[in-house]
Amino acid sequence: MVRVTDLHYGVGERRIFSGLDIEVPKGSITAFMGPSGTGKTTLLRLITGQVEPVSGSIEVFGEAVVGMRKAGIFALRRRMGMLFQNGALLTDLSVFENVAFPLREHTDLPEPLVRQLVLTKLHAVGLRGAASLMPGELSGGMARRVALARAIVMDPELLIYDEPFVGLDPISMGVIVRLIRQMNEALGITSIVVSHDVDELSLIAHRSYLISEGRVVASGSPEELRNSPQEVVRQFIGGHPDGPVPFHYPAPDYFDELLGRGKP
Amino acid sequence: MNPLGWVEGTLIAPLRRIGAVGIFLVQLLMQAGPALARPRLVVQQVYNAGARSLIIIMLCGLFVGMVLGLQGFDLLQRFGSEDALGVAAALGLLKELGPVVAALLFAGRAGTSLTSEIGLMRATDQLTAMAMMAVDPLRHVVAPRFLGGVIALPLLVAVFNLIGLFGAQLVGVQLMGVDTGAFWSQMQAAVELSDVMEGVIKSVVFGVACSLVAVYEGYHAAPTAEGVGLATTRTVVTSSVLILLLDYILTAAFLGN
Repeated sequence: MVRVTDLHYGVGERRIFSGLDIEVPKGSITAFMGPSGTGKTTLLRLITGQVEPVSGSIEVFGEAVVGMRKAGIFALRRRMGMLFQNGALLTDLSVFENVAFPLREHTDLPEPLVRQLVLTKLHAVGLRGAASLMPGELSGGMARRVALARAIVMDPELLIYDEPFVGLDPISMGVIVRLIRQMNEALGITSIVVSHDVDELSLIAHRSYLISEGRVVASGSPEELRNSPQEVVRQFIGGHPDGPVPFHYPAPDYFDELLGRGKP
Repeated sequence: MNPLGWVEGTLIAPLRRIGAVGIFLVQLLMQAGPALARPRLVVQQVYNAGARSLIIIMLCGLFVGMVLGLQGFDLLQRFGSEDALGVAAALGLLKELGPVVAALLFAGRAGTSLTSEIGLMRATDQLTAMAMMAVDPLRHVVAPRFLGGVIALPLLVAVFNLIGLFGAQLVGVQLMGVDTGAFWSQMQAAVELSDVMEGVIKSVVFGVACSLVAVYEGYHAAPTAEGVGLATTRTVVTSSVLILLLDYILTAAFLGN
């Protein structure tokens, strides 16, 4: 469904990916994990054609995304849905209108059918009763569920979740985990989940990629990753503050700097 | 000082920026047709940019007209021609004060609102979300706001002029005792259609300039609180300078004709 081959990407002098290879099989839930700042969200932006890589190839639904024109990318995006970290609901529209937005933009469905579809999707995320609320009246978890309803209203083949568990209480998190699994099992949607919540991902992901320092350092099922002998994987899964992924941002010697001998 | 750096910062960077705004305008104009095909969005923006600016425009129009009446009367009575106050007020408002002051107010009231709204949509990923739903934000968000501003400003200028004339009449005729008949009849006799058109053309040009600057700054604002704040400030500063510069160019062109 998604194939990334030998991907290189950077911003200015900074290299973010150097030779990344990833494959997302159809019908699977695939997780991209990694410490903060490794470029997980950037990878999603590359896959969805929001930015162009320096080199390498990205295929989505069998079509090469790199170098594709805007119309082609928009055609691909109609077949996918994306859940943003903050929901990214349109703040001047009600919950109902937010979910109806893609339908109104891309179809000429009669109003009763739009209403039926929107209410069905809102019911699936448990927020049919909140249809008339405005985004400002929703909690973080509710906003994300509405965004999920919006992401699935066009029945996408691929759903992309960017940090879906961040800042949620345990109940909302459980609900989102259950919904991601349901979308996959009931609708057969291929899912990509970007997160660093190891426990939640282990409940739903068929395969995980651990990304660090611009490349895939480990991949496999949650069980395989848990039992991995690699130090970087053990540090990440175990949540150890220091290890191959350093706790400290690169800096001059601590004592030299305190004594005024290093750079300020 | 690095001479190459100076050339880059002083000459090339502004040219690059002007080029970027030009390309953005072309992109907007290409989206204008599809945006106009769904007039609901444009009408909504005419309401936001226009109707919501009405109170401030009317209030300022009244005060500007009253000051014009007072100053005009003071000046004209020195030559014994206070009956020409109507002509002076009408020409002053139609050709200069109406378009310029209304456009400056528009930049401060509606322009900043457009910039911060679009900038915040960018900062909260709403524009990206829209693009991810295969909906072009330029067509759905930016073009209707641009067109709304372009349509709203000439209408606001017309309201400003009407209220301004009323204010000038209020002070000149009711307070200072200029003859009502002379005030209106001299205005009717002296003001030409070309004078009205000069104001209309200016208001359309200012509408395009203000709206373009506002949506450009909002669309390209850095997605942070500081970025949106800076973009809003740039909208007011750039629009104000641009309005006065364009006013001079247009006035010179009209007088040249």
